[in-house]
Amino acid sequence: MIPELGHFALILALLVALAQSTLPLAGAALGEPRLMALARPAARAQFFLVVFAFACLAASFIGNDFSVQNVATNSNSELPLQYRFAATWGSHEGSLLLWTLMLAGWTFAVSVFSRHLPPVLLARVIAVMGLVSVGFLLFLLFTSNPFDRLVPAAAEGRDLNPLLQDPGMVIHPPMLYMGYVGFSVAFSFAIAALLGGRLDATWARWSRPWTTVAWAFLTIGIALGSGWAYYTLGWGGWWFWDPVENASFMPWLTGTALIHSLAVTEKRGAFKSWTVLLAILAFSLSLLGTFLVRSGVLTSVHAFATDPKRGVFILAFLAIVIGGSLILFAYRAGKVGLGGAFGTVSRESMLLANNVVLVVAMASVLLGTLYPLFLDALNLGKISVGPPYFDAVFYPLMAPAVFLMGIGPLARWNRAAVPDLWTRLRWALAVAIVAAVLLPFVLGRWTPLIAAGLFLTLWIVVTTVVHFRQRIAGSHRKGLLAKLAANSPSYYGMLLAHLGVAVFIAGVTLVKGYEVEQDVRLDVGQSVEVGPYAFKFLGVTPGPGPNYRALTGTVEVRKAGRLIETLKPEKRIYNASGQAMTIAAIDIGILGDRYVSLGEPLVEDDVAGAWSVRVYLKPFIDWIWGGAFLMALGGFLAVADRRYRFAARRKLASSAAAADAGAAE
Amino acid sequence: MKPRTRRLGWIVGGLAALGLAAALVLNAFRSNLVFFFTPSQVAAHEAPQGRAFRIGGLVEAGSLTRDPNSLTVHFRVTDTAQTIPVAYTGLLPDLFKEGKGVVAQGTLGPDGAFHATEVLAKHDENYMPPAAADAVKKAREGMSTRTLVTTQGAGR
Repeated sequence: MIPELGHFALILALLVALAQSTLPLAGAALGEPRLMALARPAARAQFFLVVFAFACLAASFIGNDFSVQNVATNSNSELPLQYRFAATWGSHEGSLLLWTLMLAGWTFAVSVFSRHLPPVLLARVIAVMGLVSVGFLLFLLFTSNPFDRLVPAAAEGRDLNPLLQDPGMVIHPPMLYMGYVGFSVAFSFAIAALLGGRLDATWARWSRPWTTVAWAFLTIGIALGSGWAYYTLGWGGWWFWDPVENASFMPWLTGTALIHSLAVTEKRGAFKSWTVLLAILAFSLSLLGTFLVRSGVLTSVHAFATDPKRGVFILAFLAIVIGGSLILFAYRAGKVGLGGAFGTVSRESMLLANNVVLVVAMASVLLGTLYPLFLDALNLGKISVGPPYFDAVFYPLMAPAVFLMGIGPLARWNRAAVPDLWTRLRWALAVAIVAAVLLPFVLGRWTPLIAAGLFLTLWIVVTTVVHFRQRIAGSHRKGLLAKLAANSPSYYGMLLAHLGVAVFIAGVTLVKGYEVEQDVRLDVGQSVEVGPYAFKFLGVTPGPGPNYRALTGTVEVRKAGRLIETLKPEKRIYNASGQAMTIAAIDIGILGDRYVSLGEPLVEDDVAGAWSVRVYLKPFIDWIWGGAFLMALGGFLAVADRRYRFAARRKLASSAAAADAGAAE
Repeated sequence: MKPRTRRLGWIVGGLAALGLAAALVLNAFRSNLVFFFTPSQVAAHEAPQGRAFRIGGLVEAGSLTRDPNSLTVHFRVTDTAQTIPVAYTGLLPDLFKEGKGVVAQGTLGPDGAFHATEVLAKHDENYMPPAAADAVKKAREGMSTRTLVTTQGAGR
């Protein structure tokens, strides 16, 4: 019964979404307030219906209802509760329902928090989100119904892929999808602006917080996925340039460009068309990411669905959304206008350069991700584009953008004087260069790449400090606290996010430069020296787990003869599928991790004997995720800015009148 | 600066960035693309010598042997028509099993053995890497003619 209710709720949600997308649009075109007023209640009704459908699916999973195909394929009665819940989005169907739920959630949020928006704009924004929702609901109902029954019912489920039985599965997909789908708000604002032919600083102020929040969630989602891969795949890597990772990274790069471009549009009224184009691009890439991951076109850990019919549907949907919005852009961009002019050396020009680099970097990732697919589709042979390609292209492209990050915030809007920038920054430059050249000697090994990475890190840190000091010194208020309070949260958010980039680069540089990886054969009682540490293998003992049998190794880590940690890496064999999984044991430290994972028993059928073992030292690796979280935190802090709540309201009267006038044209 | 010169400057700058990116991409493509070959193609000498490529198929049942004193393993990859011996030093992934699909990256030695630097076996038990599945499918399609050739060879 529960699955049927869920199915029915989805059908109703589709009908509501159809109404939500067509009527308010018609109302906005005809200037009919009653039709436009339907947008908000429709968005809410749709949200509650989708939540209900999602709850029905979750209940089927938690209640082990193996008469539902999706549950029977992706769950098992032995599965612990939290993973039965997470299994709701462990399958293709379930993850699409999660996508739709997120979309309905964001639309709901727009309907709640945008009371001050002019009704015409709000009607259009919610209608465009409704259109996207129609596409996804159609897709769910016609190609991937999560509520399909299995006749006869299975006695036991086939189990969730053991790779996904991890706390990461509970939080990583929701966070990532919050980010992906969050860009639909920026997209809808952009389409609404194109439809209305009006785009001004107020528009940018309205869509900015939504974009920043989505971006922050996406940042967290990607970081969580990377951390999960680090401890669960057992190879100690944190980023593989796997197509699935790229699928989430491309919207992130574009989203990063978008939040910067929105800043210019809000403060200076410039970059208008470009901002709109980026908003379309960011969401299109989110859709493309969904297509790449969900249609099963890739060889990768996440592609657990393979069905060409779905691929064709998503491809058609992509073509309609991306093609349609680009055509609309081509028609209406002229009306929106380019926006104000600015000097060759100015904060605008540096942000423009940052935008160009980010988009070009995104394009190079896109090329490396799609090229093998094209060749394969055209039967020109099978190739793979691995990490070396991305390393060779991505780092040199991003380096200049990161360098500009140090100067940009100090440059004045409109026109900055180069001599002035030089006097303010020459010491920062000198300090960063000298320290970056000397530090690798202290750390033990000097290579140009390490020095370059450290330079970029130090450059951001030092310029941020310089910027902050000058800002405080330039404040007219009395007392340090008052001077600090004079700056807005969004200013601190920017500083924090930029420092996050510095921390991230430091992590990447140091782990790439100084990591030690050893795959060794270890007999019971044997030790291996890696760096300053001795790892002593005390053998492996079998034991039970909730839904698996575990083989637990014991490895003592000593430094200068003193025991500092006993690590317990595990090998699990899952009961339902018989699949093996490696769980690394990691001694986490702020200066670096000690990482041990089990390979296999080297004497056949003797788990108590010698094993192959991976012993890794990963200096500063946690800074990578720490940096990402700082960036996200910066994003959330920026959104806390009062001006998004109050200033917008104050402008209400004038802009609403103007927007209405614009719509009536 | 006049607006027109400035716009020209931006266009030139943009083109320069694009050109730089294109140069980086082409250069990286030239040296880092890895092609895929099936065991049948390798046996027919279609695969390059000395350059890294990928090979895919099934791990032949009963072919896995371990060196007792190191982490070196030997196994054979088959597409059911042809079989290529593979040597690899390191830890095999969890899903590596005899009779299951596998993809390995490495170079072909002069002895005709494939020296793998990386062994990939992903996904769940029932999943076969598309490249490996493709290799087996291709071999099966070409089976009739190839079997003929083998029988002739055997008769000689």
